Amino acid sequence: MHIQIRKFYYGDIPEENTGGATPINHSTEQGWPLWEVFIRSKQGLDHKHVGSLHAADAAMAIENARDVYTRRQEGVSIWVVESKFVHASDPADAESLYEPAADKIYRHPTFYDLPDAVKHM
Amino acid sequence: MELYDLEKKFQEKIEKEIKIEPRDWMPDAYRKTNLRQISQHAHSEIVGMLPEGNWISRAPSLKRKAILIAKVQDEAGHGLYLYSAAETLGTSREQMIDDLHSGKAKYSSIFNYPTLTWADMGAVGWLVDGAAILNQVMLCRTSYGPYARAMVRICKEESFHQRQGFESLLVMSQGTEAQRAMCQDAINRWWWPSLMMFGPKDSESTNSDQSMKWKIKRKTNDELRQQFVDMIAEQIKLLGMTLPDPDLRWNEERKHYDFGEINWTEFWNVVKGNGPCNKQRLEARNKAHEEGAWVRAAALAYAEKKRVRTTAKVA
Amino acid sequence: MQTQPTIDYALHLADSALILGQRNGEWCAHGPILEQDIAITNITLDLIGQSRLFYQYAAACMNESGTAEATEDTLAYLRTERSFKNLLMCELPNGDWAQTVLRQFFFSQFQLLLLEQLQHAGNEQYAAIAAKSIKETQYHVKWSSEWVIRLGDGTAESHEKMENAVNALWMYTGEFFIAADYEAVDVAALKNKWMEAVTAIFEEATLSMPENTFMQTGGKTGTHTEHLGYILSELQYLQRTYPGAEW
Repeated sequence: MHIQIRKFYYGDIPEENTGGATPINHSTEQGWPLWEVFIRSKQGLDHKHVGSLHAADAAMAIENARDVYTRRQEGVSIWVVESKFVHASDPADAESLYEPAADKIYRHPTFYDLPDAVKHM
Repeated sequence: MELYDLEKKFQEKIEKEIKIEPRDWMPDAYRKTNLRQISQHAHSEIVGMLPEGNWISRAPSLKRKAILIAKVQDEAGHGLYLYSAAETLGTSREQMIDDLHSGKAKYSSIFNYPTLTWADMGAVGWLVDGAAILNQVMLCRTSYGPYARAMVRICKEESFHQRQGFESLLVMSQGTEAQRAMCQDAINRWWWPSLMMFGPKDSESTNSDQSMKWKIKRKTNDELRQQFVDMIAEQIKLLGMTLPDPDLRWNEERKHYDFGEINWTEFWNVVKGNGPCNKQRLEARNKAHEEGAWVRAAALAYAEKKRVRTTAKVA
Repeated sequence: MQTQPTIDYALHLADSALILGQRNGEWCAHGPILEQDIAITNITLDLIGQSRLFYQYAAACMNESGTAEATEDTLAYLRTERSFKNLLMCELPNGDWAQTVLRQFFFSQFQLLLLEQLQHAGNEQYAAIAAKSIKETQYHVKWSSEWVIRLGDGTAESHEKMENAVNALWMYTGEFFIAADYEAVDVAALKNKWMEAVTAIFEEATLSMPENTFMQTGGKTGTHTEHLGYILSELQYLQRTYPGAEW
């Protein structure tokens, strides 16, 4: 597929027609591992995935998460997990995994028609 | 599945406004376009810290100092969210930063202009962040899930940036003669570069704009620019200042403001690296990164030592 | 009505927090990695916030006693080199990351002990400011001590830089514990606890405690290093250039 994108916007500048800096040697630096961050926004609620960050170890990951993701009182508790330990379902399996639930409408309370006289059910 | 079918299914998802997630199949060009755009956006946030960081030590009151620090810190956070979003496309942050430092990757040219006076902090907040927000609000609905989520978070945080910029100019505009002059001068210098942030005119672009088709983008350069001009042309009245454009006037027929021609020669010059601060900005980023190398290495080495010790204890 | 020592003490505490905040602020946009750029900037914001609370209190005392029309900004922006009472430690240049985190650790560990005492110094305002600041300072101690350990016990290079930082900064720690006549907390009594805490962290960081060295003093009474003049000329530049302007 041949695509030529000429338009650009803030944060979308074409690589052509640019210049300026002198290339340096690419570093071979091993970066800090990537961590996924989960935050409980208040007591009684689940931890929710909010994003990721880099940290050298788990303790630092929690502190970094505190500094990065709770600057505006977004949370009261933090979980971190190194991204490489997250296992995910395959999007290619989505149809066979999730669509079979679609026709089991009897699992939902709205499936059942009751007279209005029945209260509190 | 044939490649053709995959592409067709992909485009159907886009049409149905279903977000694309990292592990979903996507055309190579879609991946590349997103990676380029998100990483440039991240670089812009990080380089954008420099012109404003420049005034932290000289902020004129403790309140303004705290506000400015919090704002520059937010930009670090935004860069971080965006690098994370880009990393889901399979490129490490180190690689992206290398590309920035080598000059291979770009960032928004606006940050190659210098911040000469304190009033520039207000003008940057009001005009530059104001222009950026229009883009960013649009990008909250972009088709790539991680990018859209990062933008939602960023827009939430950014909402104070433009307000504080305007408020700071408002106070100056009601101040002494010297403050009013400083305020007008900053607006004069930042107005045209802000308009340039939206990119070349639509008429300069080819029709095959894949970014729009993929719903990475949803509005054209000129649409966004017009929206910006209409907004600022009204707000400036409250400051009692003027915009440096003799052609700026309300067009009753179009129900929009008409405005003058951007200096495109200057625009391309800055993009190509000849702006007032291109070299200085990249040098500052390179320096911070290189001087931080031993710190990052030490933290990794210590983490590894600790891991080994803990394992030994357990065993 | 509060007496001059109370005002001076509030200024001393405010100046230390502000000047260290000003120094840490130089890292903003220049940190070793984004996450830590954000972390040290949080500390900067805490310190500036603390300085504002102490300046506001000093200003209130001054206005009440009619000695001067003061605000947090006149106190931060219109006093001169010789009237600043901050600890010398706070005005030292950032140096490298090792020096910055060690300076933070020395200062915050001391400040934590001091704030604990300040809660019980018989002054409600101090007690309220201390109660709020303690929570922030506990985190500063945690963050900075972890970095001291990490760099001390990291690579050979980081260990060496940490040792250099210890040698550069140690002589500015003695001043912490020598009381100025305005101090409401018996700082001399904090020394043992501070030494214990530092010794424990240094041990974990595999750093050696310096031998008794000569200690620099003077910050608390306005005799500073040459660095402070430059800090103030940047900090105060706009207020000095445009007297009386509102920002």
